[in-house]
Amino acid sequence: MGTFVAAFTVFVLAVFIGFEVISKVPSTLHTPLMSGSNAISGITIVGALILAGQPDTPRIVHLLAGVAVVFATINVVGGYLVTHRMLGMFRRKR
Amino acid sequence: MHTQDLRDLAYLLAAVLFIFDLKWMSHPRTAVRGNWAGVFGMAIAIVATLVGEPMTWQYILTGAVIGTVIGVVMATRVKMTAMPEMVGILNGFGGGASVLVAGAALVMAQRALAAGTPFGMQERVATAASAIIGAVTFFGSYVAFGKLAEFLAVKWDLKPWQSAIKYGFAAVTALGGLAYALVATFGGGGLPEGAAPLVWGTFLCFAAVGGLLLLRRSRFPGMDALKWVAAAASLALGAMLVVQPENGALFWLLAAVSSVLGVLLTISIGGADMPVTIALLNSYSGLAGAATGFVINNNVLIVAGSLVGASGIILTRIMCKAMNRSLTNVLFGTLGPTSDTPDADEVYRTVKATSPEEIAMTLDGAQRVIIVPGYGMAVAQAQHAVQALAALLEQHGSQVEFAIHPVAGRMPGHMNVLLAEANVAYEKLREMDDVNAEMEQVDVAIVLGANDVVNPVAITDPKSPIAGMPIIDVSRARNVIMIKRSLSPGFAGIPNPLFAAANCQMFFSDGKKAINEIIQAVKEAS
Repeated sequence: MGTFVAAFTVFVLAVFIGFEVISKVPSTLHTPLMSGSNAISGITIVGALILAGQPDTPRIVHLLAGVAVVFATINVVGGYLVTHRMLGMFRRKR
Repeated sequence: MHTQDLRDLAYLLAAVLFIFDLKWMSHPRTAVRGNWAGVFGMAIAIVATLVGEPMTWQYILTGAVIGTVIGVVMATRVKMTAMPEMVGILNGFGGGASVLVAGAALVMAQRALAAGTPFGMQERVATAASAIIGAVTFFGSYVAFGKLAEFLAVKWDLKPWQSAIKYGFAAVTALGGLAYALVATFGGGGLPEGAAPLVWGTFLCFAAVGGLLLLRRSRFPGMDALKWVAAAASLALGAMLVVQPENGALFWLLAAVSSVLGVLLTISIGGADMPVTIALLNSYSGLAGAATGFVINNNVLIVAGSLVGASGIILTRIMCKAMNRSLTNVLFGTLGPTSDTPDADEVYRTVKATSPEEIAMTLDGAQRVIIVPGYGMAVAQAQHAVQALAALLEQHGSQVEFAIHPVAGRMPGHMNVLLAEANVAYEKLREMDDVNAEMEQVDVAIVLGANDVVNPVAITDPKSPIAGMPIIDVSRARNVIMIKRSLSPGFAGIPNPLFAAANCQMFFSDGKKAINEIIQAVKEAS
């Protein structure tokens, strides 16, 4: 159970950091924060890459992970890009 | 140091950058830097994953190219008015990826299990959790997208592109289920004993999802009971998968039942509750990523996923508070008129309709003007016209500000994005509480396409369905101009006595047309 406890510790502490870091967000930033944090959740791409890149593996693993790479890439690329576009609009006027 | 240690250090660096991303994203001045921190964090995590191990590249490269093209096209083409749909659908991709990664990891683990490597309890539970949360997020996000783009659960006729997505996606879902069942039954080594009901049950669930997506209304009898059944079935199947991880058919049945749950949970949610839904799905997409992190024992997934999960929950709470409703009430309840709701004809006896010229007279010499935008501004795409009116009034010596209700529109911060697109300065966007404190000094409040968020019964009538909901109390301003297409009620379905108040004038028109006419009248009057 050693690795589980370590992983779970990381999880719980990260949740607390999340709450602390973004407790006061001005409403202007609600949408960019959502699209930006959504891009972060595309981190699943790491898992997708590991499995899609496994040599000597059943075809099904490659297919599932390959589609996961597509999904996660859309999530990451689309999320950061659209956030950048929105933030550009907020900044232009200052 | 071993390669894996170096890789883990790179992941740690990525996790730290994600924390800075969120921290900087919560302040207007540092937000751009925050987004870049996230980009670098992601790049570091990806490079660290790809370097130092023998890899099969064709699936990675194909997937990355397709995903990048789709992502770039979506992000550069989307209009600012369609941002709720965009955020809605992006949430879903993360969830979908989690289900697929957990499914692929399960196949690997089953192989290892057959070769004698044990399959740990943590990975088993996390695989089940990834399937449930990921599938709920994927289909819930699709439904949110479809409701925001107004092609799911609506009675009216659809445009061709709406029909194409609606019927195409429903068909792909149902046929995908069928293809899986056929391949599992007749392809390769055939089905293991006892798996047939699981495989065909999976098909039935995906067919049911397809059917639900064709509904032309948001609710049907027995829906709430069905939600509970689907939720209980997901948990039961999840527990079974933990006990028998070697049974791959169980995993896909679990994902299928959770898909039904995801559709049911979101399809009944009304438009004005969408900000809560989008924030909640945002949180789920993070939690799905964290669950997948437990599956493959990867800290950067766990950290990044739980950060997003936490931020989504915070936004969900802010949105629920702004509507004075509990999360359970949003997910399972309905909002609507009660038997105590006064009759609309009675309330609206003294409504005064007005003209652009009269409005120009009211605005003439006004020192303080506030504009309260609502979803109607987004629908009419009136944000540029509104900015033009504000600039014109400022030329005439008025101080013009915008009062933004936290749940105005269809996602958190929706109005802010639109006004930013129209070049309204950040400093002019005021939050509800600040404006309410100064409302007596406001000469003219212009309400554009908003209704429930300015309805004074939230304060005056404790029996009203919206009692206690914080509102922008424009009824205390000297003059109120309501721009609205008709006297039809807002989302809550109750009349708004403000429309008939002595200080209120109603201008019945489309938002953009109305503003342009007012601009014209103000120019002519001066």
